[in-house]
Amino acid sequence: MTKSADRTPKIDVRVTQIVDVTSEIKRFRFEPTDGKPLPVFAGGAHVVVEMEDGDTLRRNPYSLMSSPGATDAYNISVRRDPGGRGGSMFMHDRVTVGSLLRLSHPVNLFPIDRRARKHLLFAGGIGITPTLAMMSELARYGDAFELNYAVRSENDGAYLDQLRNTYGKRVSIYRDDQGEQIPLTTLLAAQPLGTHLYVCGPGGMMNWVLSTAEGLGWPAQNLHSERFLAPPSGSPYEVRLAASDLSIKVGPHQSMLEAIEAAGVDAPYLCRGGACGQCETRVISFDGTLLHNDHYLTDDEHAGGQKVMPCVSRFEGRELVLDR
Amino acid sequence: MTIEFNTETFRGDFTYHNSAEAIARFPFPFPEDKYMYSVNIEPHVSFRPGSVYEHPFDVDEHYVSEVADRALVLNEDPLRSQSLPHMNLAGWDLLELLMTNLSESYPQWFELHQDGDRWHWINRPLGIDDTFTFLDNTTLPYGPMEYIMRQTQGDYALLDQRDDNLWMDAGVITTQADWSLDFDIGMNFMEWHGPVPLAHELGVFERALKFLLNLRQGQPVRRLNWTMTVHPRLDTSPENYAKWGVDRATVTPENAGEYMYLRVELQSLWRLPRSNAIVFPIRCYLISLQDLVTIPKWGRRLHRVLRDLPDELADYKGLTMTRPSVLQYLSQFDDGAQTSAGTFPD
Amino acid sequence: MLVEGIKSRPIYSPLVARTGTLHLFMADGEGAQAILDLATTASPGFFERAHICYIPRAAAGRGFESALQALNPAAFYVGPTVAAALPRLAVELANAHMGTQIYLAGTEGMIGQAMVVALAAGVDQASIQREHRGSEARRVQCVHCKGITEDVTTQPAKCAHCGLMLLVRDHYSRRIGAFQGVCVDAEMPGTAPDPEEAFR
Repeated sequence: MTKSADRTPKIDVRVTQIVDVTSEIKRFRFEPTDGKPLPVFAGGAHVVVEMEDGDTLRRNPYSLMSSPGATDAYNISVRRDPGGRGGSMFMHDRVTVGSLLRLSHPVNLFPIDRRARKHLLFAGGIGITPTLAMMSELARYGDAFELNYAVRSENDGAYLDQLRNTYGKRVSIYRDDQGEQIPLTTLLAAQPLGTHLYVCGPGGMMNWVLSTAEGLGWPAQNLHSERFLAPPSGSPYEVRLAASDLSIKVGPHQSMLEAIEAAGVDAPYLCRGGACGQCETRVISFDGTLLHNDHYLTDDEHAGGQKVMPCVSRFEGRELVLDR
Repeated sequence: MTIEFNTETFRGDFTYHNSAEAIARFPFPFPEDKYMYSVNIEPHVSFRPGSVYEHPFDVDEHYVSEVADRALVLNEDPLRSQSLPHMNLAGWDLLELLMTNLSESYPQWFELHQDGDRWHWINRPLGIDDTFTFLDNTTLPYGPMEYIMRQTQGDYALLDQRDDNLWMDAGVITTQADWSLDFDIGMNFMEWHGPVPLAHELGVFERALKFLLNLRQGQPVRRLNWTMTVHPRLDTSPENYAKWGVDRATVTPENAGEYMYLRVELQSLWRLPRSNAIVFPIRCYLISLQDLVTIPKWGRRLHRVLRDLPDELADYKGLTMTRPSVLQYLSQFDDGAQTSAGTFPD
Repeated sequence: MLVEGIKSRPIYSPLVARTGTLHLFMADGEGAQAILDLATTASPGFFERAHICYIPRAAAGRGFESALQALNPAAFYVGPTVAAALPRLAVELANAHMGTQIYLAGTEGMIGQAMVVALAAGVDQASIQREHRGSEARRVQCVHCKGITEDVTTQPAKCAHCGLMLLVRDHYSRRIGAFQGVCVDAEMPGTAPDPEEAFR
């Protein structure tokens, strides 16, 4: 069993409801096992769901789709993706009501820009999930918004009736199989100055919406899209700690710093985020590639291979020897 | 913990004073005998019971008098509390953060009762007992940020995050080290740090900004900053510089122990959940040099730090005129002995 | 106190014709030349979707009005002062749609004040083009009395309102549209140096 040495705070939850939304999409309800309120989140936020799948620790980010402010439970929707890394298949096939999972605290990489005079939302397919939470929030604060939502068909579209019933004319649904298309150019040209645009959906759709808007003179500052950053994981590797006379293994979801700590070697750190420079470690020798992920070292230092920030950086290759 | 709140002033007759306990828990900022900028950021976790790091938001013996001084400043100059229109939600985030933390840390003084959106807040030291509707500005006597700031020690800035930058778009700033919210509001991280010398060239702000853009909810961080003031004056604002700047010419080696104060800011940074903004509390602690030297390690070390401080930094911190007198005073307490590592008294 | 090389100092660059559905120009004085320079590279028909608002100020009588009019913009307005022209800009922005491009050219004082109006209309500052032309004279806010002194050319400079002698710093507030002036002799009243021309 892989044990995570990740020290960031986590939330233990129990799955209390699983709903088949469409033939491909399931909705999961998570409630905290300790009964305490969950952290508040905002529209656009996601959590990283940790799944212990045998010896593999999977970590997948999913947008929170419940109403922001509801702290008794979180809801996510997961689309079955047989070609993915395996997380969605695990959620669909192995997770049942009563299953225990672990979540990260909410993170928002797709926040609402509150300066906007109006919010123009675009969603495609499963990309509807962050949009649901955003609209719930915008409606609560009385902000102007509209949603344009593209789906394959009435049956494949998630939450169509709920959206029509709740938001009426503020929602326009476009069904591929009916030949319906978002009238993008007309729509974009009609927006009042100060409108902000948000898009979440398949890559092709996002590119189409964003490039059309740019072509009509929309500034980059008014364009927002959801881009999930992959968790800082990678292939496992070995590190030789010369000063401690130890060889350690770094797991795929473990940082070099965590592995050093797990081996009982005291290593300095402050931020654990690649910025403060406290954990800077001298590289004695290496045969392979240092994967620098920090913001601290300069480009020249990254190229030089003399230093590494073990809190976020990784290694691929035959041998890495550190002065630690 | 029981504390008696001091009755004291931060202007006029300057009756501000530290008890022996307050001196012992003063957040001395220098872990070694020299000082230079660094991204000295660490997780803001509870540490050393009784110290200023025990609770997320420290409340000490100066609480009631500091809040009274803030009310005086806001009455004279309402521009010290400003919020651009899009920051209202962040103001509610801040109110929630403070009310939940203060009532957990100090249940003898603060109580928060939540019944859905109906909130009941009791602040015993200030005699406040209010009921209001969360997220409804019309149910509070001030906007949410100003309401809770009028019950809080230290300055708070609210930073909006967009376009890979942080924007100082709201704040209540009445105990500042010579910067103007009214002038700086709306600036981004690089712009409001514009007047700081040397640090830009060292890349300090670039690294700090990158780190803060990734700041996570539930994982606040902190750092210390410092400067010195003549007298325990909280409101060293540029607005009033023409009034307090003259004090600097009155400092002599004979009165430096009494007149000069080390001013330490305990700064923390928190991601706010509803607005995705960052709140930046800047909590100011003041100690006279004559109180500071009662801790021998601190007297020795401060002498060495100030003696070797680069001129640009001394100028930025407004020390050029007073430094010679301060050094002459402090040299009496520096026998050249080695000092131990870390900031706490031996 | 750091006076020069402060990062809040605005950065100006030559106006470039961008893609857009409406082009709003506001210029004063020699800022007209920035529009005329842009016109040499703009695509045919560009000014059919352009509105130009021009305040001649010190450049009056140099023929800029007729040269701008000759570009045949969809709307052309010559204003007597910046203050008189700003409400017109505010109304144009209130009626505008996404795809509108904003171009400001001329003195820093005009650019700063037009920026304030555009920001209030919900426009992000980074999407507004600004080109500085003509006088280097500064608009300065006295940090003490908050009064704004226009067309400051000396260092230090006397606040036109409270009379303090002010050190004019490169520290610039986009929201106020002005540089910061700080009392130069607060620590030793009466020791202010004589003003010398610094911003021509």
